[in-house]
Amino acid sequence: MRHAKSDRIALSVLGWTVALVMFFPIFWMVLTGFKTEAEAVATPPSLIFTPTLDNYADVQNRADYLKFAFNSVFVSLGSTLLALAFAIPASYAMAFFPTWRTKNTLVWMLSTKMLPPVGVLVPIYLLFRDTGLLDTRIGLTLVYGLINLPIVVWMLYTFFKEVPRDILEAARVDGARPADEIRHLLVPLSLPGIASTALLAIILSWNEAFWSLNLTASKAAPLTAFIASFSSPQGLFWAKLSAASTLAVAPILIFGWMSQRQLVRGLTFGAVK
Amino acid sequence: MCRIVSLSVFAAALLGGTALAQAQTTVTIATVNNADMIIMQRLSDRFEEAHPDIDLEWVVLEENVLRQRITTDIATLGGQFDVMTIGTYEVPIWAAQGWLVPLEDLPSEYDVDDVLKPVRDGLSHDGTLYALPFYAESSMLYYRTDLFQEAGIDMPDQPTWDQVREWAAAIHDPDNGVYGICLRGKPGWGENMAFLSTLVNTFGGQWFDMEWRPRLDDQAWHDAVTFYVDLMRNYGPPGATTNGFNENLALFSTGRCGMWVDATVAAGMLYNPEQSTVADRLGFAQAPVASHPKGSNWLWSWALAVPTSSDAADAAKEFVTWATSKEYIELVAEEEGWVSVPPGTRRSTYDNPSYTEAAPFAEAVLRAIETADPIETTANPKPYSGVQYAGIPEFQAIGTQVGQMMAAALSGQMTVDQALQSAQTSTERTMQQAGYLK
Repeated sequence: MRHAKSDRIALSVLGWTVALVMFFPIFWMVLTGFKTEAEAVATPPSLIFTPTLDNYADVQNRADYLKFAFNSVFVSLGSTLLALAFAIPASYAMAFFPTWRTKNTLVWMLSTKMLPPVGVLVPIYLLFRDTGLLDTRIGLTLVYGLINLPIVVWMLYTFFKEVPRDILEAARVDGARPADEIRHLLVPLSLPGIASTALLAIILSWNEAFWSLNLTASKAAPLTAFIASFSSPQGLFWAKLSAASTLAVAPILIFGWMSQRQLVRGLTFGAVK
Repeated sequence: MCRIVSLSVFAAALLGGTALAQAQTTVTIATVNNADMIIMQRLSDRFEEAHPDIDLEWVVLEENVLRQRITTDIATLGGQFDVMTIGTYEVPIWAAQGWLVPLEDLPSEYDVDDVLKPVRDGLSHDGTLYALPFYAESSMLYYRTDLFQEAGIDMPDQPTWDQVREWAAAIHDPDNGVYGICLRGKPGWGENMAFLSTLVNTFGGQWFDMEWRPRLDDQAWHDAVTFYVDLMRNYGPPGATTNGFNENLALFSTGRCGMWVDATVAAGMLYNPEQSTVADRLGFAQAPVASHPKGSNWLWSWALAVPTSSDAADAAKEFVTWATSKEYIELVAEEEGWVSVPPGTRRSTYDNPSYTEAAPFAEAVLRAIETADPIETTANPKPYSGVQYAGIPEFQAIGTQVGQMMAAALSGQMTVDQALQSAQTSTERTMQQAGYLK
C-alpha cells in the first residue's frame, strides 16, 4: 500500500517535471514578447521587467495578422475535412473488408511520410505553377490534405477496428448500404476517435512550415509565413519574433485547451475493452 | 423577379468592379527582414500614392528562407515575385542564366553614375547592370575607446592582425565579462566563411587558382585559420561557434567585447543609444590587414532586381528605380532622420553634410566600400569575382561545408590541419562533380 503511494508521488513528480520542461519554452516565448529587444537578449536573462505591448503594436503595424490567421484557419480546417472525406471510406474498407494487400497498403501509405519534402519541391512547384495553384488557399489545402492523409487513415483504421463488426453486419442484414453504415453507425460510434484525429490533423496543418513558405507568396500565406517574416540575421528581433509567435500559436493553443477532453477520450478510445 | 433583376445588377456591378481592379498592376516584392527594408515597406505607400495604378504586395522573409524561396521560384520561372531582394553573390550568376531583366534605360534623374563603382560592378554582368543597390556594406573593426584608453593603446587608421592579437591580450578580462575580441564562428558561407575568406585573402591565400583547383591546403590558409583559432580560443568569448553577426552584435552592444570585426552596417546600430550600451565609447578603424594589403574588407550589397518571369516588369522597374533613388534617400532622411538612410550606395549621400554629421562613421564606411574590390582581391590572380565568396553557383554548398569544418577546428573537435585537409578534399570533390576539374 505504502509502496503504491510512493510510486504515485514519484509518478506525479515525474509528470509535472516533464510538463514543466515541455511548457517552459512556450512560457519563455510569451514572456519575451512583453520585453524590449535589449531585455530579450540580456544575459543573465531579466526576470523582473516592465512589460510592454510595443512588440505587439510593431508586429500588427508591419503585417496584417488577421489575414494570415484567416489563411491558417481556412487551410487547416479545409485540409482536415478533405483528408477525412477520403480517409473515412478508405479506413472503413480496410478495417472491415481487409484483403491480403491491406497491411502492405497501409505501410506503403505511411512510407510516403518518410520522403524528405524538399525532394519533391521542384516537381510540385512546377505542377502548381502550371495549374495556377501557386499562392492560393486551395492549393495549400490540397497539399496539406494529402500530406496528412496517411496519418489520418492510420488513426481512423485503428479506431474503426475497435467497432464491433456485429453491429455493422446487423445493419447490413437490415438492408443498410455501405454509405448508410458509415453515416449512421460507424461515424457516431467512433466519434471521439474521429474528433481526435481531426484535431491532430488541424494541429499538423497549422504548424506546417515548409510547404506554406514555399508555395505561397502574399495572398495565401498562413501564420507560419507570418512568423518567418520576423526572424532576421541582422539586428535584434527576438522580442518581436516572440510576440509574433505568441500571436500565431495562441488560437491553436486555445483550441487545443478547449478540446483536450475529446483529445484524451479519443486517444484512449478502445484502450480498455 | 424584381429580386432576380436586382441580384443580376449587383452581380454585374461586382464583375465590373473586378474588371476595374484588374486594371491595377500588382507588384509582389520579396525582401529580407532588416531595419532598412522595414523602413522601405513603411514608406512604400508614398510610391503607391504617386502611382495609383500600382499595388504593392510584400513578402518579408528571413535571409536564408528568402534565398531558398526565390531561388525555387526563379529557377522554375514560377513568376510569383516581381521584385526580388538579392545580393552581389546572386546577381552575376542569375544574370548569366538570363533570369534577370537588364536595367539599362534608367531615367537621367536616377543618376546611375552617382552609385558607387564597386557596388555597381558587383551588380553587373558583362558590363550591364541587372540590379539596383538598396544598401551596401563592407567590413571594419569596432573597438571600445574606454578600454583602449585604459590600456594606453592608440588605434591607427588601419591596424595589422598582429597588433590586434596583442591588444586583444591586453584588454581581455573574462573575470569582468569582457573578452578581447569577438569574431564570427557560426558555420555558414555568409557567416564564419565571410569573415574567414577576408582573413585568408589578407594572409595571401585564395579559394581557387586560375585552373579552378581549390587552394585550401596552401600555407596561407593554414596560417590564417591557425591565427583565427588561437586568437578566439585565447581571447574570444566562450561558445564562439554559435556566434554570428547578431550574436556578436548583442555581445558588443552590451559591453562584452573589446574589439569586433564585422559588417559596416553594425555602426548605425552600435551608435544608437537605444540599442547599445557602448554608444558613447565606440571607436572604429579599417579592417585589419596581414601580409597582403587587399581583400581584408568584404563587399556586399542587398539589391533589388526584376526577374524575367515577372508579368509586371515595367511596374516593378518603376518601383526598383524609386526605392534606390536619391529621392528615396531624402524621404528616409525626412521621415526617420539622416542616420537611418540606407548606407553605402550613393556618393551624393556621403557628400551631404547632414549625413556625415549624423553618422560619424560615414567616411570610414565609404572608404571601406571604395577599397573593397571584388576582382583584384588576392595576392595571386583568381578566376572568380567576390571578396568574401567565390562567385560561382557551387560556392554556397562549398562555403557551408567548409564553414562547418572551420567551426569544428574552432571548437577543438578537429585540429586546424585536419579541418583544412577535409575541407580541401570535399571542395575538390564538389569542383570535380561540377565539371571544373578534369
